[in-house]
Amino acid sequence: MDVTQTAAVAPATPVEERRPLVEMRDIRVSFGGVHAVDGVSVDLYPGEVVGLVGGNGAGKSTLIRTLSGARPADSGQILVNGEPVTIHNPRDARAYGIETIYQTLALADNLDAAANLFLGRELRTRTGALDDVAMEAATRGVISRLNPRFKNFKVPVKSLSGGQRQSVAIARAVHFDARILIMDEPTAALGPAETAQVRDLITQLKREGLGIFLISHDIHDVFDLADRISVMLQGKLVGTVDKDAVTKDEVLGMIIMGKLPGALTSQEEEQLH
Amino acid sequence: MSTPTEGTLVEPTTPAPVTGTEPGGTRRAGFASLGIDTRLLGMVGALVIIWVVFHVATGGRFITAQNLWNLSVQTSVVAIMATGMVLIIVSRNIDLSVGSVMGFVGIGMALLQARILPNDLGLGLENPLTLPITLAVGLLVGALIGAFHGFLVAYIGVPAFIVTLGGLLVWRGLAWALASGQTVAPMDTTFRKLGGGADGAVGETTTWIIAGVACVAIVLLLANSRRQRRRVGFEARPLWADAAIGVAGCAVVIIACWVANSYFLPENLARAYALRNDIPWPEEGTLQIPFGIAYPVIIAIGVAIVMTYIATRRRFGRYVFAIGGNPDAAELGGINTRRTILLSFALMGVLCAIAAAVQIARLNAGPSSLGTLAELSVIAAAVIGGTSFAGGIGTVPGAVLGALVMQSLQSGMVLMRVDAPIQDVAAGSVLVFAVAVDTILRRRST
Ligand SMILES: Nc1ncnc2c1ncn2[C@@H]1O[C@H](COP(=O)(O)OP(=O)(O)O)[C@@H](O)[C@H]1O
Ligand SMILES: [Mg+2]
Repeated sequence: MDVTQTAAVAPATPVEERRPLVEMRDIRVSFGGVHAVDGVSVDLYPGEVVGLVGGNGAGKSTLIRTLSGARPADSGQILVNGEPVTIHNPRDARAYGIETIYQTLALADNLDAAANLFLGRELRTRTGALDDVAMEAATRGVISRLNPRFKNFKVPVKSLSGGQRQSVAIARAVHFDARILIMDEPTAALGPAETAQVRDLITQLKREGLGIFLISHDIHDVFDLADRISVMLQGKLVGTVDKDAVTKDEVLGMIIMGKLPGALTSQEEEQLH
Repeated sequence: MSTPTEGTLVEPTTPAPVTGTEPGGTRRAGFASLGIDTRLLGMVGALVIIWVVFHVATGGRFITAQNLWNLSVQTSVVAIMATGMVLIIVSRNIDLSVGSVMGFVGIGMALLQARILPNDLGLGLENPLTLPITLAVGLLVGALIGAFHGFLVAYIGVPAFIVTLGGLLVWRGLAWALASGQTVAPMDTTFRKLGGGADGAVGETTTWIIAGVACVAIVLLLANSRRQRRRVGFEARPLWADAAIGVAGCAVVIIACWVANSYFLPENLARAYALRNDIPWPEEGTLQIPFGIAYPVIIAIGVAIVMTYIATRRRFGRYVFAIGGNPDAAELGGINTRRTILLSFALMGVLCAIAAAVQIARLNAGPSSLGTLAELSVIAAAVIGGTSFAGGIGTVPGAVLGALVMQSLQSGMVLMRVDAPIQDVAAGSVLVFAVAVDTILRRRST
């Protein structure tokens, strides 16, 4: 838990030469007759941030929930480090080093920050009892670095502000040895200062070699941070583009019109402004 | 599985040492720093008021050693089951079958010790093996019935209300069928100790030993908690607060034991006791031989301590509360929610069996009506004790106090010779009133 001990920084090799951390191929999920995710393929390399954007209801959350084990895909393939894996539940995902900040935060409102942070992987004493003191100590350490003003460690998270609750969810995802981090609208409830903290955090995690899926309905949230951007519309993947090769407006065109940058007519480009 | 990541986080922009400052910077002072559940304290207050009112209304017959001793024994059966009902309700379920399961298991245990073991298996009457065999079979059957309910709820997806409503009818019917509607009696002499009564108390010396052990345990627990928090550099509660809690806790223990030791055996039982223990009977007057704490009370307190430990210090309990607070979050946290629910019902079944053993021992019989309507008292005790049907909230000590409140009302009204139907009216009204007050207070606090 010592801040000075920074993990090995991944060498800045070009993305193309390395094996992807995650490949999701032809993923499909439907609810009743609704094709929420319809044949989407995305991938993620170590030390990379992939922005996953699209309007509300585009299927972003449903797609990444198949990776986090919250709801397995109806069909499609997931590879981690090149190996095909089956992820039936969140435990499977965690075993592959996949950590998730859910859009809903997935906090048990009646429990305090420490109980939520360690939910499902509690620290225990030699007798197998919960080691609440150790969990609280670790929680204080990890959260106060994320959000120095956070003080309410002993109260149910129900009584915390939206930003503080989000801090708890983020702390939970980064406290354990994640290789792959999924952040579904992680700054939705945060103020400017806290948002800046999260952005710093993402930059550092990326430097440490984690792969991050950063999800947002708003391109402005992810454009500066992302290396590549995957755009979804109505359950389908519009395309994946290198951030350096596009402008925000072009991505906006993908989000709204579902067309790749070259395919926009000048008239459509006008409409975006 | 995972180890904490070293240095995954951003370097703090401002140093953020681990401090022990409490919520929101609001300094907690005075009474609040005792860190005691105010709801629990409120219930103790309500209990004291009830006792005083009844004491006055009955012309001084309520707060007597005899009545309080009886009250403690009568509360045991409901309290034992209420500790399990807390976990069931906390996980957003309900168990309506506890009275019937208690009846079925109790009559089964009565049959086992009164007929099957002595006659069919040839152990004869008063065999030392009767008690352990009967208890073991009873607890196992209780666990299996509960696990079966839990399986239907958690793995098949039938709502707990339906499963246990069916169970209420099924086990009641089977309980009747077990003994063809007859009352099974008598119970094994050793077994009867579980129910209290003349031989069912530990006596004066053991009671004081228990008091001593309990006081030492309270002090050690408080000291340990301080040491734990110091270990990681948290501020512990102020010393005076810990001292106050320790003194209050020990005082309650000592007073309770003193009350139990102030209730003396009636003369005929005292004579029998004196004869058995070679104590000469005095020429004049009588011997005052204290009952001490009754076995069923010791069982109930033991159950409450174990259940508190399970609910607050074990992973299983944490998971029950997490499921009650947010089932999706529990699932996404990787908790095996189905297994947790199944286990909570199995535990409830075990507690029904313990309660059944106490009750048949107390009655010295297994009547076919055993446990009838017990589900209502048990649910009422849990709910009066602060367990919320919304899920995620409830405490074991609260439920025990809730059972004591309900039983105090009932026995107070019996002492006042209130008619049975009116007793029901009062008990029902108190239940709804208590929950209404609790709901209003809860809403205000958030
Ligand atoms: N549990 C569910 N049951 C039914 N439909 C769902 C469920 N979850 C998501 N959907 C539907 O799937 C589509 C995609 O939703 P979602 O993945 O949440 O989109 P996004 O995260 O991009 O806003 C929407 O039409 C939504 O209504
Ligand atoms: Mg979403």
